[in-house]
Amino acid sequence: MGVIGTVLILCLVFVAIFAPLLEPYSYQSQNIEIMNSPPSLTHLLGTDDFGRDVFSRVIRGARISFVVGVLSVLISVVIGVIVGSIAGFYGGVVDIILTTIADLTWSMPAILIALLIVAVTGAGLESVVLAIGLSYWAQYARLIRGQILSLKSAVFIEATRSLGASDFVLLFKHLIPNSLSPVIVAATIGIGNAIVLEATLGFLGMGAQPPTPSWGAMMSNGTAYLFIAPWMIIFPGLAMMITVLGFNLFGDALIDVMDIKNKDSI
Amino acid sequence: MWTYIIRRTLLLIPIFLIISVVVFSLIHMVPGDPIDSLLGPGSIASDRVELTKLYGLDKSLPVQYVVWMKNILNGDMGQSIIEKQPVLDMILYNTPFTLRLGLASLVISFVLGIFLGVISAAAKNTFIDYISMIIALLGVTVPAFWLGLILMLIFSVMLGWFPVSGSGSFQALVLPAITVGLGGAGLIARITRVSMLEMFNKDFVLLLYAKGLSKPAMIVKHIFRNALMPVITIIGLRLGWIMGGAVTIEIVFSRPGIGNMLLSALYRRDYPVVQASLLVLTMAVIIGAFIADILYAYADPRVRDLYK
Repeated sequence: MGVIGTVLILCLVFVAIFAPLLEPYSYQSQNIEIMNSPPSLTHLLGTDDFGRDVFSRVIRGARISFVVGVLSVLISVVIGVIVGSIAGFYGGVVDIILTTIADLTWSMPAILIALLIVAVTGAGLESVVLAIGLSYWAQYARLIRGQILSLKSAVFIEATRSLGASDFVLLFKHLIPNSLSPVIVAATIGIGNAIVLEATLGFLGMGAQPPTPSWGAMMSNGTAYLFIAPWMIIFPGLAMMITVLGFNLFGDALIDVMDIKNKDSI
Repeated sequence: MWTYIIRRTLLLIPIFLIISVVVFSLIHMVPGDPIDSLLGPGSIASDRVELTKLYGLDKSLPVQYVVWMKNILNGDMGQSIIEKQPVLDMILYNTPFTLRLGLASLVISFVLGIFLGVISAAAKNTFIDYISMIIALLGVTVPAFWLGLILMLIFSVMLGWFPVSGSGSFQALVLPAITVGLGGAGLIARITRVSMLEMFNKDFVLLLYAKGLSKPAMIVKHIFRNALMPVITIIGLRLGWIMGGAVTIEIVFSRPGIGNMLLSALYRRDYPVVQASLLVLTMAVIIGAFIADILYAYADPRVRDLYK
């Protein structure tokens, strides 16, 4: 299973990097004469409402989805690690406040948080990345807090502290690097979730705006043609499903490889 | 037990206040204002001033917040700027639709998820296990709105078994509920499986085997009951995720409901409606998690003792 996941992710990375070389047509070139035509030998996955090649657009979309997924997860991880490690390290009132905020954020549907943020910052790819990043950080905060709590009283930390290390050195040089493995696993699976959230925002008209060939924007645009040109929705969705499946399988395999306890929380 | 419940209930008050402040400030950071949606292009400035004053939008934000909060505590959620209706009426009208969809999908998630989880744990590393886990994984990975559109395409357009949209009949509920429920089912199946497999290695299970209990009896009577605990916690915590799915799916199937109301209000900057429905949704999610916590403490004496 892990092998399948790895292969799927490698394929995605390959397609994302070499998108311009793999597209049979330009993802932008329009041809009204062949608009909404079904899959055929010349246009493998059919064409959309402007006669653009769906296959080329799906390929180009892989690049966007991959970048959105990775960047937004990075934002989530950075916020989560900072909040979670401070909460776990200092404990007391700081911990209670930060944990309550994290728990509140975590129990909220990510789509609601992201929608609100996009409403404030305006639709577009950059604000979508930011919104997704701000919607998913709590999970990482919870994970890293638990790790830090259990590591805090370890002998090597006591030893470093008695040698005069500052809080900053303890946290960033010793505690956080030793707590990262469950975060890495969760982040792998998180990339898949971020890609789905991007598409959902796009579907609700709050994501990347046309003509950007993001999978979400393509499907959002295709909704109007669901009954006459369903391939406009089917194929970007399938591409996304396979991608997310890849990240999940890979993440599941990582859990076993890295021998992570506390699997429920990932 | 009672001290635990009271302490947890009291904690809801500051949470409510924090959320109301966050929701209020976020909404007012949204660019554009509802007066734009009310007045057509080329409107006169004096009309604008008058309308702004009428809806209290000319006051400072803290004042607007206090007025809003005071009204809410008196059971008045304000008036929709666009729909010209009391927000409370709109919420009361839409809530049953969302609740119906939420409950139906929760039932599907639970029944299907636990069924898949139990049979795959009981038949670990067999064909049945792989098939159930692939179904569960697909449930987690498929984007809900896409699944909804595909189901609509197959079962409404091609087969004609269910209506494409609407909310009047039971048939209209089937596809949306399956769409939302599958995601939850995948999650629950995966947690149930892991939790059951952990139980198989416990000492008490070994002892029961030694006493000659058969595997099916063991699974039904002992393992399943004990394995259910983490499942209940996760469901409580992720109730909001399932509800979040409902919000999107209402749009896909053009069903009335809180999600649909919230989005159309958001597009038109109808502040009172957005604020109130967000507050209601958020509190519903938090109270859901709260109830799950209480149930958990009730079922597990060890949790209760932590708060003595």
